[in-house]
Amino acid sequence: MQASSDSTLPRSASPQTTVELAAGRPDGGPAVSVEGLRKSYDEIEAVRGIDFEVASGETFGFLGPNGAGKTTTINILCTLVEPTAGTARVAGHDVLSERRAVRRNIGLVFQETTLDNYLTAEENLRFHAELYAVPKDQTGERMRTVLDMVGLWERRASLVSTYSGGMRRRLEIARGLLHSPRVLFLDEPTVGLDPQTRASIWGYINDLKGREDITIFLTTHYMDEAENCDRIAIMDSGRIVVLDTPEALKAGVGKDRVQIQTADDQAAIAALRERFGLEAAVHDGAVTIAVPDGEEFVPRLFAELGVPIRAVRVARPTLDDVFLAHTGATIRDAESSGNAMNRQMAAVFGRGR
Amino acid sequence: MATQPATLERGLIAVRLPDSGLRQDVRAVKIVWHRELIRFWRDRRRIVTSLLQPVLFLFVLGTGLSSIASTGSVNLRTFIFPGALGMAVLFTAVFSAASIVWDREFGFLREMLVAPVRRGAIVFGKCLGGATVATFQGLVMLCLAGVVNVPYSPVLIITLIGELLLLAFTLTAFGVMAAARIQQVQSFMSLFQMFLMPLFFLSGSLFPLTNLPSWLAVLNRLDPLTYAIDPMRRAVFSHLNLTSATRHRLVPGVTWWGWHVPTGVELAVVALMGLAMLAIGIARFSRPE
Repeated sequence: MQASSDSTLPRSASPQTTVELAAGRPDGGPAVSVEGLRKSYDEIEAVRGIDFEVASGETFGFLGPNGAGKTTTINILCTLVEPTAGTARVAGHDVLSERRAVRRNIGLVFQETTLDNYLTAEENLRFHAELYAVPKDQTGERMRTVLDMVGLWERRASLVSTYSGGMRRRLEIARGLLHSPRVLFLDEPTVGLDPQTRASIWGYINDLKGREDITIFLTTHYMDEAENCDRIAIMDSGRIVVLDTPEALKAGVGKDRVQIQTADDQAAIAALRERFGLEAAVHDGAVTIAVPDGEEFVPRLFAELGVPIRAVRVARPTLDDVFLAHTGATIRDAESSGNAMNRQMAAVFGRGR
Repeated sequence: MATQPATLERGLIAVRLPDSGLRQDVRAVKIVWHRELIRFWRDRRRIVTSLLQPVLFLFVLGTGLSSIASTGSVNLRTFIFPGALGMAVLFTAVFSAASIVWDREFGFLREMLVAPVRRGAIVFGKCLGGATVATFQGLVMLCLAGVVNVPYSPVLIITLIGELLLLAFTLTAFGVMAAARIQQVQSFMSLFQMFLMPLFFLSGSLFPLTNLPSWLAVLNRLDPLTYAIDPMRRAVFSHLNLTSATRHRLVPGVTWWGWHVPTGVELAVVALMGLAMLAIGIARFSRPE
């Protein structure tokens, strides 16, 4: 194996080289690996034992409502919070025992802004470069690169206090990239931004994949954003409920979502149970049913329901449905009920299909 | 907007960070210090506003009370001058330390705390920055020396700057130590409102340490500011033409149970307190959540 590794297994490194490679460029080893991770605050268990790996170069997303444990997990991976139990390695380094090595290899964009508004964009980047010890002869060029990337080079001499929310977020992304991290953590990178700005932020993130050798680890509670990820872990109440590619997750649901607006939702739900043998529930203000073939189902529905229908919507499975199928709530339900929603609704979208 | 300049090709742009070590920590100290100076310059109004109080004390109190003060041949304003210098430093140093709480509230502290440098480097840089800025403020105050009959002697000025720097560092360390535990600017400010004036009044900035009642003498000896104001006043008075009796009455020096504390020991007390508070501050900031 050792002898043939050069020709047949170019990506597997011998133990000696792993150390060296792990400190610098991606080597094919996982960018992030987590085992049995737990974090409790007094009586609250924010993270309840999660395991996962993120491959080098992957865009990996944590999807879940607020309070699901996403940010706590990111904070552990960034060495800001110590886990109660379990281990986590980032860029090959342990988050507890090799804190400084982890920090050198990660870039961070937090939910809340962490810029100094009284400094210019350039000064903010310069500060970062010095803290991360970017070689002095490369700082200028690298600053230009990252500022160009997010379209802020022309505004580099302006005070950050004059920036819009979207510009600040872009500057934070640029700053997170300044020291060429192996893993870029984006905690809700577009929260609080308008749809147009969100789209442009995603433009920059997707662009980045083509330019830098980088693993992106993000959290979001926007379903449409999660679609940009190579793989998604759906997190709920401190656990990973499912982890796969967006396509596989959607295929796994296997059912279309039919939503109807009726004059009497309760009667409609009862009628669906009696006449069609279907379990329905109200989600996002509409009676929601999951059926294998939505378009063929709708004519029958109109003919046999016996409750007047005002509007109907048929949708292919989305990540929303995946979330619903695995947690028994839509992400908006989960947010509005502060996560304490009763989850027997899971029956509506049968598990394990 | 999303232009793609030719320089953005793969590989060209990646930087490699050197291994972590002392040099990286020194760079961190330098940039944290530098930021403090940039922000101070950008907020020049602060230079004026934080001079207002010491100037009021020096000229209004110093002039108004001079008719009833028995300072003999020495003008009361001259007597208060070292205290006014200390006051200028006190306010600026504590204000600088407050910016840590400010940074925490506005998120920037996080940018510093996740950096791959020792937390000590960041706390130390902050203390140095605060000390520099506060000393500068003291220096502006020092320019008024001639107005209150204190000669512009180079030796005196250098001595005073050195003593101001030491005091400024200790006071910033004091503020930083407190800031490590405080989440909101408001609570920091109200806490220091409570501390600043007693610190100033008990330090003997406004009165000689002769014949104090014992309760005041005890409180005075416990005030760290005492050990910085007294050396500064000694330095100023050594450059004035006075009879030794007057000097003895106005600048008796600090005593511990009758022992006359020399200037060197006084300054060492200030330095040690500063270092102790710096150490506590670093320990507090180094603890992860």
